Amino acid sequence: MNFGLTDEQQLIVDTVRSFVENEIYPFEAEVDKAGEVPHELAQSIMQRCKDIGFWACNMPESVGGGGLNHLDFTLVERELGRSSMALNHFFGRPSNILMACEGEQIEKYLMPAVRGERFDALAMTEPDAGSDVRGMKCSAKLDGGDWVVNGSKHFISHANVADFVITFIATGEEDTPRGKKKKITCFLVDRDTPGFDILPGYNSVSHRGYQNCILSFKDCRLPAGQILGELHGGFDIMNTWLYATRLTVAAMSVGRARRAFELTLPWCAEREQFGQPIGKFQGVSFQLADMITEIDAADWLTLAGAWRLDQGLPANREIASAKVHATETLAKVTDTCIQLHGGMGLMDDLPFERFWRDARVERIWDGTSEIQRHIISRDLLRPLGA
Amino acid sequence: MKILVTCKRVLDPYVKARVKADGTGVNLDNVKMAMNPFDEIAIEEAIRMREAGKADEIVAVSIGAAKTEETLRTALAMGADRAVHVVTEDDIEPLGVAKVLKSLVESEQPGLVIMGKQAIDGDSNQAGQMLAALLGWAQGTNVSNVELDGDTANITREIDGGLERLALKMPCVLTSDLRLNEPRYASLPNIMKAKKKPMDKKPIDELGVDTAPRQTLVSVSEPPPRAAGVKVASVDELVDKLKNEAQVI
Ligand SMILES: Cc1cc2nc3c(=O)[nH]c(=O)nc-3n(C[C@H](O)[C@H](O)[C@H](O)COP(=O)(O)OP(=O)(O)OC[C@H]3O[C@@H](n4cnc5c(N)ncnc54)[C@H](O)[C@@H]3O)c2cc1C
Ligand SMILES: Cc1cc2nc3c(=O)[nH]c(=O)nc-3n(C[C@H](O)[C@H](O)[C@H](O)COP(=O)(O)OP(=O)(O)OC[C@H]3O[C@@H](n4cnc5c(N)ncnc54)[C@H](O)[C@@H]3O)c2cc1C
Repeated sequence: MNFGLTDEQQLIVDTVRSFVENEIYPFEAEVDKAGEVPHELAQSIMQRCKDIGFWACNMPESVGGGGLNHLDFTLVERELGRSSMALNHFFGRPSNILMACEGEQIEKYLMPAVRGERFDALAMTEPDAGSDVRGMKCSAKLDGGDWVVNGSKHFISHANVADFVITFIATGEEDTPRGKKKKITCFLVDRDTPGFDILPGYNSVSHRGYQNCILSFKDCRLPAGQILGELHGGFDIMNTWLYATRLTVAAMSVGRARRAFELTLPWCAEREQFGQPIGKFQGVSFQLADMITEIDAADWLTLAGAWRLDQGLPANREIASAKVHATETLAKVTDTCIQLHGGMGLMDDLPFERFWRDARVERIWDGTSEIQRHIISRDLLRPLGA
Repeated sequence: MKILVTCKRVLDPYVKARVKADGTGVNLDNVKMAMNPFDEIAIEEAIRMREAGKADEIVAVSIGAAKTEETLRTALAMGADRAVHVVTEDDIEPLGVAKVLKSLVESEQPGLVIMGKQAIDGDSNQAGQMLAALLGWAQGTNVSNVELDGDTANITREIDGGLERLALKMPCVLTSDLRLNEPRYASLPNIMKAKKKPMDKKPIDELGVDTAPRQTLVSVSEPPPRAAGVKVASVDELVDKLKNEAQVI
């Protein structure tokens, strides 16, 4: 066992860290206030990311990506997570589900995404189907050679800047011993497809400037060639490729928690009340001790989950543990960092109120904390027949 | 042409330096280290020269303990072609550094040496000048612009009160100022290649160079905290204070 980073990993971490410090931190506050990312800023982050060869670093080298394994990519996400999601989105990491592209899809979707010419978004959630993905109502019926889609999706991240949306749609029902079950298919939907609209979503308290959208399908015709993977194979392709996205949330949460902590530690050494640094009061110092302990634990859980994926070991429970612990640690840490800054912690002159707001969504998206605990406990109890 | 570039491992410039309790130096245990920023600029300049077709090989050199290898890997990941690590546990003074570099210049035969104008730890600003003197080469220190033209390096130096332009006969030693360029990030492909690039390790004793210290470190202490300012009522009072209290005029 070796808990150290290799020289390459250290260089990757250092490079992404300098990138976010120089190219993203200076713009975070203004993007948070404006609630949107200026076009030129997005373009410049994209260009700089491409210049240093980090664009699509998560995609295999065979398609022109950076070829990072799960562990190395998790280190990248951890460093990016220190920074605003509205902005680090332009440090392009296309969804690796695009590796399932076949035939003409490869030149139309996969390669342009890897080159940074086309942006993807990914849509599962609906107003009536959140945690229960299979409960989706957005459905497609075969008409001639085409699938005709009706329904809607919501909370679809960054669809406002997407050129196409990888969308999961119900394509029928099957009888199972436990009753009827929806069959799900994954489709590639171009932004300008007739009958398909990307509409503004809601204003979220977290990650202002990183927008979410509502998708509307009204008799939208999709040829069979738009199917990604197999017909009715939506869950298979989801399980194959989207299994690890929870690790991204965990890694980003670790990065942001550590940044908040690193900004708070020196404050506790310098801020004096009652004639001494507040860090000398045990009431403060023990909070620092608890924070770093939880952050390190979340960090190791996350990296271990990534390592398991690279080893081909079962990782579902471990990734769920990482996600739940990292996101809940982030919530505690950002709250404590505000507390230790006293009144100033609440003010938008300092970044802590933003970190605290941004932290809130991490326990909800990509599977809520409850769903992660469900996954963990089922993994423990199922083998016992309970 | 081959370019030799130096890169020193120093305390990360964004980390607050803390003096050891016993006053024997700055605490470097468990603190983040980084490449000397002026050396990053030197490497960037060398890479730009190679990209412009004026150089074909960049050799990064560093003198220091085992961990110095990390700093050299950074240089390789930025784009240097190979590295030479002169291994020593000792702190080498600028004259010792210049002698070590002279010995490497003799074996490597570069057409140009680019160094940082100073390392941000000792802030000595001496090694480049001493190396040029030992080699009998031209020197261009604190350069903010360099144009290579055949056997001539046309440089701009930042000096008190303005800019000085000089034409230097090559080979020569240049030292970089802050405004020479903006160093690039290590690219992912170069990071992946860095491990495969050659790194030559030379124990300092094998160079046959006298690097024994000439100086004795007496003590290191924190600078005195800045005292609050005072308001003066008149120019006369100011002049009086500068003369008699501050004793600077
Ligand atoms: C800002 C934002 C961006 C998003 N981006 C995307 C995106 O790009 N693409 C996409 O497809 N989705 C996206 N989502 C959707 C996100 O994945 C869902 O919000 C999430 O899965 C929860 O679904 P829900 O909001 O409908 O809540 P619900 O599923 O309705 O849950 C409500 C509550 O019930 C609990 N609950 C539900 N089922 C159980 C159970 N079995 N046991 C115990 N408790 C349970 C939940 O934990 C939660 O506390 C985004 C969401 C947000 C907020
Ligand atoms: C919105 C707002 C409105 C306000 N309105 C008013 C107002 O109208 N009038 C007014 O006078 N003030 C007002 N305040 C000030 C408020 O009362 C102070 O912010 C509060 O007393 C904390 O002081 P501080 O912010 O300087 O934090 P600090 O005192 O610097 O505290 C920083 C951290 O150190 C901890 N700490 C300090 N001492 C100890 C100790 N001995 N042991 C353990 N931990 C310690 C604190 O608990 C905190 O976590 C307001 C503040 C806010 C945010």
